[in-house]
Amino acid sequence: MQHLWLIPTLPLIGFAVNGIFGKRFPKSTVSAVAVGSVVLSLLWAVKVLAALGSLDTPHVEQYFTWFQSGDLRFGFDLQVDRLTAVMLMVVTGIGTLIHIYAVGYMAHEGGYARFFAYMNLFMFFMLILVMAANYLLMFVGWEGVGLCSYLLIGFYFLKQSATNAGNKAFIVNRIGDFGFMLALFLIVIHFRSLEFSVVLPAVSGKPEETLNLIALLLLVGATGKSAQIPLFVWLPDAMEGPTPVSALIHAATMVTAGVYMVARSAPLYQAAPLAMEVVALVGLATAVFAATIGLLQNDIKRVFAYSTVSQLGYMFLAAGVGAFSAGIYHVMTHAFFKALLFLGAGSVIHALEGEQDIRHMGGLRKKIPVTYATLMCAGFAIAGFPFTSGYFSKDEILLAAHHHHPWMYWVGVVTAGMTAFYVFRCLFLTFFGDYRGHHHPHESPWVMTGPLAVLALLSLGGGFIKIPQYLQPVLPREETAHDLSLVVIASSAGLIGIALAYYLYVLKPALPDQLAQSFRGLYRLVYNKYFVDELYDAVFVRPTVTGSRTVLWRQVDVGVIDGIVNGVGAVARIAGGVLKLIQSGNIRSYATWVVFGSLFLIVAMGLLVVNTAAGGAR
Amino acid sequence: MQGVPLSWYLILSAILFALGVAGFLFRRSIITVFMSIELMLNAVNLSFVAFSYQFKQVDGHLFTFFVMVVAAAEAAVGLAIILTVFRNRATLNIDEINSLKY
Repeated sequence: MQHLWLIPTLPLIGFAVNGIFGKRFPKSTVSAVAVGSVVLSLLWAVKVLAALGSLDTPHVEQYFTWFQSGDLRFGFDLQVDRLTAVMLMVVTGIGTLIHIYAVGYMAHEGGYARFFAYMNLFMFFMLILVMAANYLLMFVGWEGVGLCSYLLIGFYFLKQSATNAGNKAFIVNRIGDFGFMLALFLIVIHFRSLEFSVVLPAVSGKPEETLNLIALLLLVGATGKSAQIPLFVWLPDAMEGPTPVSALIHAATMVTAGVYMVARSAPLYQAAPLAMEVVALVGLATAVFAATIGLLQNDIKRVFAYSTVSQLGYMFLAAGVGAFSAGIYHVMTHAFFKALLFLGAGSVIHALEGEQDIRHMGGLRKKIPVTYATLMCAGFAIAGFPFTSGYFSKDEILLAAHHHHPWMYWVGVVTAGMTAFYVFRCLFLTFFGDYRGHHHPHESPWVMTGPLAVLALLSLGGGFIKIPQYLQPVLPREETAHDLSLVVIASSAGLIGIALAYYLYVLKPALPDQLAQSFRGLYRLVYNKYFVDELYDAVFVRPTVTGSRTVLWRQVDVGVIDGIVNGVGAVARIAGGVLKLIQSGNIRSYATWVVFGSLFLIVAMGLLVVNTAAGGAR
Repeated sequence: MQGVPLSWYLILSAILFALGVAGFLFRRSIITVFMSIELMLNAVNLSFVAFSYQFKQVDGHLFTFFVMVVAAAEAAVGLAIILTVFRNRATLNIDEINSLKY
């Protein structure tokens, strides 16, 4: 026993303490509890992994039976294998850094204890998700992180847009979770179990249609949680939450849960070729689509949000072409540089007292140098600059994609170029040129810049942690193309993107507006995010709301349900109106009723006695 | 068995009870109605005692004492009610005291 349960339980204790007593604690105590519980969790995870050594086989610990029905047992079982180990390190490591950062970022915000309570609760559910030994427990974590995401997006609950964004995230995720649940039902029906150790080895004997269906339904769940087409719309709006939340939940950890789940179910997907193809196509389409939207956004966090959607698309592409380990590799490197991008953006926003529009920034290079330097590291990493972390993982994915279908590689390369372009457009507009706002920028305190520096180092050097080799026993690698020219092309796409951004936004700042003028229609289409929100609004939201209002409310609720309730009331009232006449207040009439009642009883009993006697005599 | 047969007691009890019922139903004065109730109770007491004597068992006597205790308590409470009713309404006609209704 390695007491795996301590890893998720420590943040849960932090949640309970801060959630119950946090209001009465001073901020320093709240921070100590929140950060301390996550740090302890990280240390315990390190200790466990060190003790477990090479982890060639999964280490499973069964704690108790959650519930049992016939021969179906669903246990509270945690497991650690190499895949979980990677996710554990990412979640607790990045989580720790972001908690430390948040101490500085949230210092002047209201609801300090509430914020950290939710963050700790999120850590608990995320750790349950990655350590679960069966699909059901994974689903518990899956739902739990969704809940925390909702709570933290709507953290500024007095702001209408924040609560709306929270609701949107929650409802869109519900759609995905519905698919996930259907998949779980199908797995129970066909495999009579939800244990990974039972289900995954058994896929070989099952019909391909069944596996395809299960895998596609799981993918529906993954598209919700990981913001893929068609359910990606909630993630950009989720930026209403505080920036550490965007970094932790909506960039580094929770949104990668879908990729983790697909990788965890790798044997299932490998036996379902159709589903694999769909995963790859969804990922690739999302990567391109979100990248084009990111090109023209002006809110610094939204640019990075679309970038997250796009990078998640890469991870799904990796999974879809069979390079699951490359997908997890990208999950890790993406966690480094995207957390850094968001935390850096948070530092910029913090410096500008809440300004998020990059058109009102500029020239911040000298004023917040640490933020500038670290954000540039993240920018180079995400652009796939040679030997940064993004370079290794992205190449791994693109080479696998080339082996699968060369055209997928080329689309991926174009996306990589766009990624580099929009990230550097954002960075150049923020840090270069002249300052266009009216605040007095100041560098963030060391609690914020410290995590930035650590993440910058990881973004640059994290690629040398060779995840695919480490995951070899769990996730066998697909054959990939080994062609140096492909690597060079992919990297140069990133460099071209950076150069183009430099040309357009540093050398010729007037040119982008002219271009926007000359391609007015296209510009408006992309700037308005292809009107996807409006389309969903017209196709799904409005019919639902109108239908609910006219049919469900005015007809069903008012007519049927209220009708039944009011009808029961009316019957009682009418009957009472008749029966009340008996209560006349006249004592003699009561007495008459009593006399006649008694007489009736006597006669009835007399008849009964006579009948029984006659029956007995017969 | 010597003496008065059981049926006589029962017939007397029935007559007294019927008189009590009739008095309750037909008299207007609350006092008389009240006395009719006492009459009914005592009619029942009589039958209890008669049965008790007939079967040589003590249960009937016991019941009679219970009924007498209840009747005494009822008389105390009932007369108090009648007194307050008379003070407030200045009448004892039962047909006029009918305000406790729907």
